[in-house]
Amino acid sequence: MRKEEKRASRDGWIGVLFALPWIIGFLLFTSYPLIASLCYSFTNYSVLRPPSYVGLANFKELAGDEVFRKSMGNTILYAVGAVPLSAVMAIGLAMLLNMKVKGMAFYRTMFFLPSLVPQIAMGTLFLWVFNSDYGLLNNMFKAVGISLPNWLGDPLWSKWTLILIAVWGCGQAMIIYLAGLQDVPVSLYEAAELDGAKLWAKTRHVTLPMISPVILFNVVMGIIGAVQTFAIPQLMFPGGAPARSTYMFAMYLYDNAFQNQRMGYASAMGWVMFVIILALTLISLKLSEKHVHYEGG
Amino acid sequence: MSLNRKAAAHIALVVLSLIFFMPLLWMLSTSVKPIEETMKTPPQWIPSQFLWGNYPKAIEYRKEELGYIPFLVYARNTLLVTVLTVMGAVISNTLVAYSFARMKWKGRDLFFGVTLATMMVPFPVTMVPTFSLFKWLGWVGTYRPLWVPAFFGGAFSIFLLRQFFRTIPMELSEAAKIDGASEVQTFFDVILPLARPAVAVVALFTFMGTWNDFLGPLIYLVDQNTFTLSQGLQAYQTQHGGTPWNLLMAASCLVILPVMVVFFLAQKVFIQGIATSGLK
Repeated sequence: MRKEEKRASRDGWIGVLFALPWIIGFLLFTSYPLIASLCYSFTNYSVLRPPSYVGLANFKELAGDEVFRKSMGNTILYAVGAVPLSAVMAIGLAMLLNMKVKGMAFYRTMFFLPSLVPQIAMGTLFLWVFNSDYGLLNNMFKAVGISLPNWLGDPLWSKWTLILIAVWGCGQAMIIYLAGLQDVPVSLYEAAELDGAKLWAKTRHVTLPMISPVILFNVVMGIIGAVQTFAIPQLMFPGGAPARSTYMFAMYLYDNAFQNQRMGYASAMGWVMFVIILALTLISLKLSEKHVHYEGG
Repeated sequence: MSLNRKAAAHIALVVLSLIFFMPLLWMLSTSVKPIEETMKTPPQWIPSQFLWGNYPKAIEYRKEELGYIPFLVYARNTLLVTVLTVMGAVISNTLVAYSFARMKWKGRDLFFGVTLATMMVPFPVTMVPTFSLFKWLGWVGTYRPLWVPAFFGGAFSIFLLRQFFRTIPMELSEAAKIDGASEVQTFFDVILPLARPAVAVVALFTFMGTWNDFLGPLIYLVDQNTFTLSQGLQAYQTQHGGTPWNLLMAASCLVILPVMVVFFLAQKVFIQGIATSGLK
């Protein structure tokens, strides 16, 4: 008994020792910044001088800041477009691949490859693809007499550029869905067929419920990712041109922190967004209780 | 499955994969064209001549024409940061995940839950104070803010590895302990060799994340000589009056190439890794 107690307590501190890198990392790079960021949001802070307390001034300013509202609106609209469409595409492709037709590995690679492309290269590539004069899209359709919108220059269409790019990169999510689909017991489909279910009914009543935890995971991750969208719009639409239609939240935060030297204000923005994400995540989880179906294993 | 259903699936797959692959194909095609052919309507897929010379042209460091964009230097910088980061990630995350998975200590599971929660904190929120921290340390302008944090672990990799470690039967650890092995020895000699696939996944994901990183280098790197490929590509694109799209596409291809090569060499590991990450 005593030897086991000794072992248990020795295990205890060795366990902590092994985990030490992360404990330090967590404190330094997550806890400290989170708390510090909250503190900074109550100050005026340009990195050159120490922060000075200003109370709620930053938040008051945010409330009236039109650019902030615009960037939030843009980000939310983008997320509303990109997250569901990517999910539909990813699930659809996964279902197609799950049919186990010949050459599945080849098709899987084709769909997955785009998601490996570095953000910057994607931005550059699609600046070229969406170019309204010589770009792949407009050029191809011009040849058959269809005139496509000015993707890069028209404020009404610029967000669609970003959304389409997001859908193009759904390969990673597709792989996750594919794995989820392969976990669905065939017996469920057989039972459904016995009841006379056709494709759409099978999808709605067997497939989707069975992969609903995966859908939830991807949607939550998608929302978090959408909020942090920075590299592609920064490259393709500097300053959020045209007419600030693609000015995303992360871009405005970056500009405030590093171009305008207003770190306090940027921190306030960051926390507002964080609270919004937490709220969205909690809402998703709440909604999921009704719709998400967890199997035992 | 009915023949009709299969045929329809085939057609859909072919059409869709073409659509997905087209931008990449277009990029390749443009990269070897002479500049006039890039502007043709309707778009010309196969160039009249294959100007492979566009590639060396794209990476050449030519003072007057291209401005100061030494691609090879950027590639070396990116490689340096990437290698250091991957090393740090593999070392720290395996240790930490092992602790979460196979060692007992007070508060372990609670802390693991907190670890998962940190994945929900968007980077913009912590960006400013982290930058301040590094500025206070005097590390801004160096590569350290980019790779040092990797030596302290990351939530996603910890999660992945911990799930994997838990699938290894406890009997193996117990057998080792009966043979007199210490915890450290058990870790290195028994568990780690078994964890090769999972560690490979962590290494792969870290490699990709670092190679593609744009915001990190943007914030912390000051001297143009130290920039990474992401910044190089961006500078390339903004530096020109009339953008030479063929050279730009060639440069993009070069930036994408290493990731593609790594992917093809490690396909199975990749796919499996992503699949397990989403499911557990």
